[in-house]
Amino acid sequence: MSAVLQLDGVAIRFGGVQAIAGVSFAVEKGDFVGLIGPNGAGKTTLIRIIAGLLRPDAGRVRLSGVDVTGDATAARVRRGLALTHQIVRPFREMTVLDNVVLGAGYRYTSNPFRALLHLDRRREKERAAQILAQVGLGGTEGKLAGSLPLGQMKRLEVARALAVDPEVILLDEPLAGLNHTEASKQVETIAEVHARGITVVLVEHNLEEVMRICRRLIVLNNGQVIGDGEPRAVMADPAVHDAYVGAGMVGHAEA
Amino acid sequence: MSAYEISIISIIGINVILAVSLNMISGFCGQISLGHGAFFGAGAYAAALTMVGCGSVPLAIVAALITGSILGVIVGFASLRVRTDFLAVTTIGVNFLFVGFVRKQAWLGGEMGISGIPATGLGAAGNMTMILLFAAATIALSLYISRSWMGFAFRAVGQDEGAAATLGINSGAYKLAAFGIGTALAGLAGGLYAFFTQFITADAFDFIFSVMLMAMVVIGGIGSTWGVVVAAAGLTLLPEAIRFVNDYRLLVFGGLLVLVIRLAPGGLAAMFQNVFLRTRKP
Ligand SMILES: Nc1ncnc2c1ncn2[C@@H]1O[C@H](COP(=O)(O)OP(=O)(O)OP(=O)(O)O)[C@@H](O)[C@H]1O
Ligand SMILES: [Mg+2]
Repeated sequence: MSAVLQLDGVAIRFGGVQAIAGVSFAVEKGDFVGLIGPNGAGKTTLIRIIAGLLRPDAGRVRLSGVDVTGDATAARVRRGLALTHQIVRPFREMTVLDNVVLGAGYRYTSNPFRALLHLDRRREKERAAQILAQVGLGGTEGKLAGSLPLGQMKRLEVARALAVDPEVILLDEPLAGLNHTEASKQVETIAEVHARGITVVLVEHNLEEVMRICRRLIVLNNGQVIGDGEPRAVMADPAVHDAYVGAGMVGHAEA
Repeated sequence: MSAYEISIISIIGINVILAVSLNMISGFCGQISLGHGAFFGAGAYAAALTMVGCGSVPLAIVAALITGSILGVIVGFASLRVRTDFLAVTTIGVNFLFVGFVRKQAWLGGEMGISGIPATGLGAAGNMTMILLFAAATIALSLYISRSWMGFAFRAVGQDEGAAATLGINSGAYKLAAFGIGTALAGLAGGLYAFFTQFITADAFDFIFSVMLMAMVVIGGIGSTWGVVVAAAGLTLLPEAIRFVNDYRLLVFGGLLVLVIRLAPGGLAAMFQNVFLRTRKP
């Protein structure tokens, strides 16, 4: 099987809300998937289920064919998954460099005993500095992560995700809150990440950017997949169009 | 050296082990424990029973280490289930439970404690040397952990478990490790204390003592090994030097704790660093 990520009948309910109602799809290695849908469609919930931050009521999640439904987030990361949070969460009291070094040392931190036996960080520091330069954060290495402006924190999230050498990267609204220049820089970075062979799943409201960079679109509405395929074909589908108009999303996307 | 000096230095050594080990749990890994006295006590009782039973010092030390860390890992499991602020309450509960339990146990000497613990045979000066060697080893271990990838991961877990998980760090395993190591060392300190006094009662390990240990960590500077060592030594000497402090121990330590948290959250370590950096700058 060449699917790096596969969902089978995933469902979760919060009280009275069926947030995800039986979602199945497979993402092939090297693909660039846009996960879109109106507000409250269940995109973040689905990302959180894939990442292991939420347990689904039903269904399975597989990474490169391995069932990880019962695994915690850290274990999934070690199977090649990386994610950025919709709301940024750097280690505020660490330097920007250390935030990335910690990710780059994931081989040492697999368990506390192993971590105790290793001191040297030189290689991880070099690697982290490279990644920071790549996402456009060169020169900020020594700053406290908590002191960065939002645009840079969003890039730090991407840098940390790259540090764990992922096969699949889940990006939850990496452009939200960024101004036009920052956003286009961030898009460039994401395109470079994909060019390096990393599979990307991107949740984003900015449809213009999504149409530009994604190779496949999956549209969620009320916790169900209502469209899946080539971006232009999907957007031309009346069912998709109705869902967006119904939720007033066309205006949002064009804003 | 007078007998008094030897006893003061021994107590400083024991308190350094306790404060530095608490700093591993609360400073490095961010898990607030206000029940460190319980693990100290568990080690003391384990060592006392071993000494009464067979008189072997090495066995008593091993028993103290293991008993402290078993109890610590059990409490550590609680830290996997509860939020950090609630963990503080849980550990206070553990401390009260420990003291309450020990007082009612005939085999632990009940209210009277265990007296007539056989001597180590090293003499007072020999005991002091042993305590200082263990204190030095504890400091060395703490400095090593802080520099290792374990210390790095501890800091991440202490700051944000969710973010740590996205970097592949299993927070639960690290919290258990912090509790396991920190409480083993508290148990060790308990064993050394039993050798030193040859007489223990539950009251020596009560919640107030745990608060004093936390005061040493906070005043020294949360996470700073040397700051905590200095504070442990200073706060052990203070009641000896000033009569008033001895009479109002809880008031003075509690007051210092609040003052440091309000005015200098980084403790002595941060103050020292500020002064040092300022004098270095032109
Ligand atoms: N923890 C929760 N408890 C209860 N309901 C929740 C929870 N998380 C999400 N929901 C509900 O599940 C549905 C899907 O929410 P989700 O955040 O996944 O949407 P989204 O597609 O990411 O939306 P947005 O575009 O606004 O980020 C919404 O109705 C939301 O109110
Ligand atoms: Mg969302």
